[in-house]
This record gives sequence, structure tokens and C-alpha cells, in this order.
Amino acid sequence: MAVDRLESLDTYKYGFRDPEKYVFKARRGLTPEVVEEISWHKNEPDWMRQFRLHSLEVFLKKPLPTWGGYLGDLDFENIYYYLKPAENQGRTWDDVPADIKNTFERLGIPEAERKFLGGVGAQYESEVVYHSLKKEWEDKGVIFLDTDSGLRQYPDLFKEYFSTVVPPEDNKFAALNSAVWSGGSFIYVPKGVSVNIPLQAYFRINAQNMGQFERTLIIADEGSYVHYVEGCTAPIYTTDSLHSAVVEIIVKKGARVRYTTIQNWSKNVYNLVTKRTLAYEDATMEWVDGNLGSKLTMKYPSIYLMGKGAKGEVLSIAFAGNGQHQDAGGKAIHVAPYTTSTITSKSISKGTGRASYRGLLRVEKGAVGAKSTVRCDALLLDETSRSDTYPSIEINEDNVTIGHEATVSKVSDDQIFYLRSRGIPEAEATGMIVTGFIEPIVKELPLEYAVEMNRLIKLEMAGSVG
Amino acid sequence: MDADLVIKDLRVAVEGNEILKGINLTVSKGEVHAIMGPNGSGKSTLAYALMGHPKYQVVGGEVLFKGQNILDMPPEKRAQRGLFLAFQYPTAVPGVSLGNFMRMAVNAVRSGRDGDGDGAQKPLSVAEFQKLMRQKMEILKMDRSFASRYVNDGFSGGEKKRAEILQMALLEPEIAILDETDSGLDIDALRIVSEGVNRLAGPNIGIIVITHYQRILNYIKPHYVHVLAHGQIIRSGGPELALALEEKGYDWLLKEEPVQS
Repeated sequence: MAVDRLESLDTYKYGFRDPEKYVFKARRGLTPEVVEEISWHKNEPDWMRQFRLHSLEVFLKKPLPTWGGYLGDLDFENIYYYLKPAENQGRTWDDVPADIKNTFERLGIPEAERKFLGGVGAQYESEVVYHSLKKEWEDKGVIFLDTDSGLRQYPDLFKEYFSTVVPPEDNKFAALNSAVWSGGSFIYVPKGVSVNIPLQAYFRINAQNMGQFERTLIIADEGSYVHYVEGCTAPIYTTDSLHSAVVEIIVKKGARVRYTTIQNWSKNVYNLVTKRTLAYEDATMEWVDGNLGSKLTMKYPSIYLMGKGAKGEVLSIAFAGNGQHQDAGGKAIHVAPYTTSTITSKSISKGTGRASYRGLLRVEKGAVGAKSTVRCDALLLDETSRSDTYPSIEINEDNVTIGHEATVSKVSDDQIFYLRSRGIPEAEATGMIVTGFIEPIVKELPLEYAVEMNRLIKLEMAGSVG
Repeated sequence: MDADLVIKDLRVAVEGNEILKGINLTVSKGEVHAIMGPNGSGKSTLAYALMGHPKYQVVGGEVLFKGQNILDMPPEKRAQRGLFLAFQYPTAVPGVSLGNFMRMAVNAVRSGRDGDGDGAQKPLSVAEFQKLMRQKMEILKMDRSFASRYVNDGFSGGEKKRAEILQMALLEPEIAILDETDSGLDIDALRIVSEGVNRLAGPNIGIIVITHYQRILNYIKPHYVHVLAHGQIIRSGGPELALALEEKGYDWLLKEEPVQS
């Protein structure tokens, strides 16, 4: 039994890999030529080519952030910025190449679809190879495409919103993504339409030293509803890999968007993501964000509450095991009156892992009646693990209600002993305490993701034996 | 017939201080033993040491449970072998429902019940477990909603103790230690918890009731009463010993020389 557990530590569960068969592989490193090449291969309109080149300039000018995690080992010259795995996009399962299908089967995607998945947008490397959308949604006018196809098929809609939430000037990694982005999801939900089954996409990095720069744009028109689910796994590699995504969401009057992410990047990936929403009058935005893997994650899903009565919620879970740094949290910016935000963060640190909560709550002048609750709980599993809290609160309006609470707890010997005295071995006991700790957030996940999340946690806990 | 639990000259230290200084006690199935003693006499140390809390270091002696020395076994193995401890201060496990916790515990105990003649037991399915849990809750007259509450999280004193007895009912131990189960209970709660214990008592279980006060022994009738003081059992007798203690207090015995039956 102990041997099994030790073995499960050695091989990262999703660490299988396929031989690399790529139609086109850009050179390593980043130059205007590489950016031009990407745009040429995608056959993009000139404005996008210009946008990319401009973004590259911004990227090269901006310094690395000096806060957050350590980025000194990141070698931008040693990364491939674009890969195109197969010539055409598969529309049905039959069109998907066998080895790619094989990867997805191991990840359980077709099964998930058989069950109740309506639409699957799965990203294999930089482009979406498999994308299906239930007919009923198409009939309702819902658009669910990979972002490249979104640009091709809906150029006007795309141009109207693209980069309006996260401009390249926002930060170095947003600029990088803007220069070399590829894939991601493009979603438009028309007025009054509710998409009742979550839209899901599976992202995956496959090539060594492969940067993945997906770009997601979601527009929820007035009174609409959509839940988008993104799950990530990646195989093990010996050199560092970079994932730098940008997610832009526009939630119009009375609409509601929920965006759920479970990320389990392998332990060498830098995961540097900018996620931001503009929520207008009476709109609701919910970020559910789970970060398990990666070497370093820096991610703070944010919500700009732009219209009266807008609501925003961020639920964040971070797990930092040996050698990992999770720098995660959330941001709420109250611009309009009677807006509400809730940020709930739970982090777990183990071994040499470090979890930091970094959050921003800002209330602008005029946002009267704004309400905000920030709660961050940290759980330390041992003496060596570390947790930090960097909450930033800027209030420029008097008539507001703000609550902030932070706790740090340790798994105690007495707690473990209590569970062990009921016949439960130590590793399982620790796993149980951890799953209980994150339960308030896990229960917000779709069922199969909740199960997966708990399974991943148990897998991580197996390492605490011995 | 061999006794089920044989404690021989057990010596236990906490952070270098010897608390138990040679305990001898034998408990067989079908018996109810009461261990009484003043505060600081080592009662809870005995309970924790028997269950295997890592903070309690055994510095001498042995504990045979069903013929095997259990002192080298981790707590989970002792539980799987059929030992149970009802805690004086049960720990809260927020986010974990009592039902899920107990399903994992019952199946862990079942998986470990092999190699001692009983044969390995198959894990219970969710449906089988729920049926078992409902049965046990009925026996203990507990509300079903209990199962979906988080383990000891926000439980009242009485609810915690009842939850301990429910766990005992589900795990079906062969030897159960109740550590100051009466502490913090009002008279109604004490009666309810004691009735629960009495329903579980019988020829297939040996019970050790650890208590400071005689009160609980009005409800749970012991066959044997032992008095623990300064880390040793200084007197053993029948139920009448508890009554004498109630009348005269511990001082009466503490003045005398240790006598072991």
C-alpha cells in the first residue's frame, strides 16, 4: 500500500505524452518575424497583425513584475510561441486525429461528453482541434468557437470587444499574450438566452518548452446566462514551460456569467494569467478558480463593477506542494453605486510549498452603498510550508460596508489522531481535513470537477506519507 | 479463555514526565470496567496511550489486545483490530460530513479486519452504509440530519458525545474506552448518552468507562471499579467501591497504601 503511494508520487498522473507531430512549429524565441509568421499562418486581417506587433513592442519595453513570484528563471528566448497541430479543426469526434483523440480519451473527455456535456471546445496545443456545439444553442444564436475562428467568422463583433477589457499595456504578460495569442474560446450569448449546460474546454500543453497563450473572449448580452468551464492538465517536462493566458469577459445589463477553472499544470509550468471582467448594471460575475499545479502561478481574477447593482464573486483555491508557489487571489473594483463583491480564498501549503493571497478591493468615489466581503483562509500542513497574505484595500467613498477576515490554521496532531483513531490511515486523514477545508468552494464546482478536484487533492496528500 | 485486553505494567510519559507508573488491568468481552480517579491522576493519559496518540510515549510494559502486543501499531491499526476511544474533547473536522467520515472509517476498519481469524470484510457500498447508519441512528434515537452535519463542527457538548457513541455503534469495536463521556453533560444529555452506551453493551464488547464522578455509573452499571491515582491503580473492587467513593471522596483512598486485587 505504501509502495503504491510512493509510485503515484513519481509519475505525475497526467504525465503521459504523445510523439510530437506538428504541421508547423515556429522557431524558438520571440522576434517581430515570429509574430508576423504567426499572423501569416493564421491568415489574419491587417489590424490584428498590427495589434500583435504593437503588443510585442509593449512586451519588450515593460519590465518583469518585481512583486509576486520569482520569475528570474524564465527564459523567453527558449520558448516556442506557436504550434499548429493539425491542418483543420475537427468539428465532430470522427475528424479528430487518432493520437490526439487518444490523449483526450485518457483525460476522459468523450466520456464526459457522453454524459451530459453539451459543447466541447478542447484545445490541443495552440489550436482547437475539436469543437462541437449543441444544435439548440446554435439555433438560439449562441456562438462557441475557438478564438481564431471567432475572429474569422465574426470579425465585427470580435473587433468591437477584443482587448477592450485587458489592453496589451495592462501588464507584461498581457502584452506577451496579445503578441502571440492562439486559440482559447470565443463565446457570445445573445440577449435573454440562458445556456443551461456548462460550456467546457480542455486545455493542454504538449510540446516541450511550448508556451501556450490562449485568449478567451466572452460576451454575455443583456439578461443572458452562461457557465464556462476550463480544466487544464499538462504532462511533465524537464525544462520550464510558460502558460500565459488572457481572459476577457463582458457581462451586460442583468446578465450572469460563471467561469470555472481547475488547473493542474505540471510542476515546471509558469502560469501567469490575466483574467478580467466588466460587469454592467445588475450583472453578476462569478469566478471559481482552482490552482493545483504549476511551478509558479500568478493569477488574480478581477471584476470591475461598472453598473449600478452589479455583483461580483471570486472563489479561489490554491494548493502549493513542494517547490510550488501559488500567488493567487482576486480583485474587485467598485465603480458604480450599490455594487456587491465577495472574495473567498482558501489556500493549502505543504512541504516547501508557498501560497500567497494577493487581493485588491477598491471602491471609487461615487460608488455609494458598495458592499464587499473578503475572506482568506490558509491551511498549513507542516512546519516548512508557508502562507502569506497581501490584501490591498482602497476605499474612496464613505458610505460603504467592508468586511475583511483572514485565518491561518494548521492541521493539528490532535485532529489527525482523531481520524486515525477511527481506522483511517494518516495520509487519508490529512486528505480528509484538506478536502473539508476547501469544501465550501468545491461544492460550487460541477460534479465531475468536484470529484476530480478531491481526487487530485488526495493524490497530492499521498506524498505526506513517510 | 484469554482476556481480550491485557495491560501489563504500562508506563507512559508525556514530554519526559512519567504519568503512568505501571498500570495493570485486564478486560474481557462482556465486562464493563470503570476507571475513576481525581484530576491529574492519568486517566486520559491511559486512554490516549491505549489508542496510540504519538504525544504519549510508552516507556515500559505491554498491552496485549486479542493476544498481540499493540504498542507498536499505529492508531489506525488498533482501531481496525477493534479498539475504540470515545474522546473527552472530540475534534471538529469542518467541511466533512459525519456520514462521509463514518463511511470511510467503517470501510477502513472492515478492510483491516483480516488476518485475525475474522477474515477480510468487503467495503460497504454507499447504499449499504446508509442503511447501516440509519439503523444505528434509530437504535440511538438520533435524528437523521446528524449524518449530513460536519463532524463536531458547531455541535453542542451533548451532540458531540452522542456522535462519539454513534461512531462506536458503527465501528462495532470489541473493546471501547469512554474517556470522561459524562463531562460537560447536563442530566438529560447524560441519560441519553448512557442509554446509548447501554444499548451497545453486551457479550461481544468490553467497555472501559473513565470518569471523575460516580454520576454516570448510575446509568452505566460497571462490573468492576478501579481507582487511579498518581499513575497507578490503587484500589479495585465491585460497584460498591464507586458508591463508597461518592460518600467519602478520593481522599479516603489516597491516604491508604496501594492495594491491587
